[in-house]
Amino acid sequence: MNSSKSCIKLAIASGKGGTGKTLLSTNLAALIAESQNVLLVDLDVEEPNDSIFFQGKLKAVLPQHKMIPEWDSEKCTLCGLCAKVCNFGAVVDLGTSISITPPLCHNCYACSELCPVDALPMVESHMGDINLFDNGKLTLLEGRLNTNEEHSVPLIEKVHKEVEKNYSHIKYQIFDSPPGTSCPVVAATSKCHYVILVTEPTPFGLNDLVMAVEMLKVYDKPMGVIINRDGAGNEKIEEFCEKEGVDMLGKIPYDMEIARAYSRGELLLGNGSYKAIISNIFNAIEKLHL
Amino acid sequence: MKIAFTSEGKTWESKIDPRFGRAEYILIYNQEKDTLSVIDNSEVTKQAHGAGPSTAQKLFEIKPDVLITGNGPGNNAAMVLKKLNLKLFVNAHNSTVKEAYEKYKNNLLEEMPF
Repeated sequence: MNSSKSCIKLAIASGKGGTGKTLLSTNLAALIAESQNVLLVDLDVEEPNDSIFFQGKLKAVLPQHKMIPEWDSEKCTLCGLCAKVCNFGAVVDLGTSISITPPLCHNCYACSELCPVDALPMVESHMGDINLFDNGKLTLLEGRLNTNEEHSVPLIEKVHKEVEKNYSHIKYQIFDSPPGTSCPVVAATSKCHYVILVTEPTPFGLNDLVMAVEMLKVYDKPMGVIINRDGAGNEKIEEFCEKEGVDMLGKIPYDMEIARAYSRGELLLGNGSYKAIISNIFNAIEKLHL
Repeated sequence: MKIAFTSEGKTWESKIDPRFGRAEYILIYNQEKDTLSVIDNSEVTKQAHGAGPSTAQKLFEIKPDVLITGNGPGNNAAMVLKKLNLKLFVNAHNSTVKEAYEKYKNNLLEEMPF
């Protein structure tokens, strides 16, 4: 154990969606919770579903806000500067009024700061919540973005701040990340010490894994791979990982019973052979000496 | 009366562009003067975000009475267009601008309420 870190932040990401991030995150967290405190953080804020797998009590709902401009028609001189500086079409100049489209706003403050007459003050807008669930040794923090919000990054960053502020005493922290290789994934994984990429042995799985590995290399993030639905496809994933020097941390078999349990919202740990699979993965993570 | 078309080109023979925000051109037919003018919207099509409201802003400068397009504007653009009090006709793609105008005159286009 590296003594300079009080906690180990593990991101579970994927590239391709539907490869088993939530399956791994929930089961890994539940396994760790059998012996010590663990924090599970659902950063897939557009569709968080980790909470389905736990019967824990909702302890708190923390409303989260972003700042958006609000037009003050009394002060405005209709100079149009705000619309010119907006890169996102969120502020448009309609000649006799200024129109603001809040879902497009990136909260950059440019319109508000540059307005010569302060006619665009920034005001709070509710974008979602952080839900806190208590499951004994397992604490679940869930980011949940409001429907119609276009940007998940501000909420993901708020959840990371909440973790840093109140949960740094918990050693193992698992961040169930959104799929893809764009800004939300970068926001979710960049604060973590290590990224576990869950993939599947299919051409789609490999294609998106290649992109995810490329993305993480850009910011020098250490990473490992877990193959889910192992046996369903070809060996190309392992060839790729070997070539790229990416750690192979384990495999979850292609098994109808696993799919059934997952679809019922059940964990796998009740079954000895499945539990052994998750334990082996945890052992592989511990051997990394993060 | 001014009629705006989302268009893939600059003439009556051009195809209606099904997209609103990222339409290549906006053509404006002025019925009184019988003139067809062209607005190049290519700089908006390169914009990563908010193409809909940006194109709507252009229409505000022209204030057309009617807009003829294809798929119809998205929510963000519609919120802005609503303030323009124009009549919106959709599903005119797969026609040339000329054909769409004929259909409009013969009440064959589908009007979309805001």
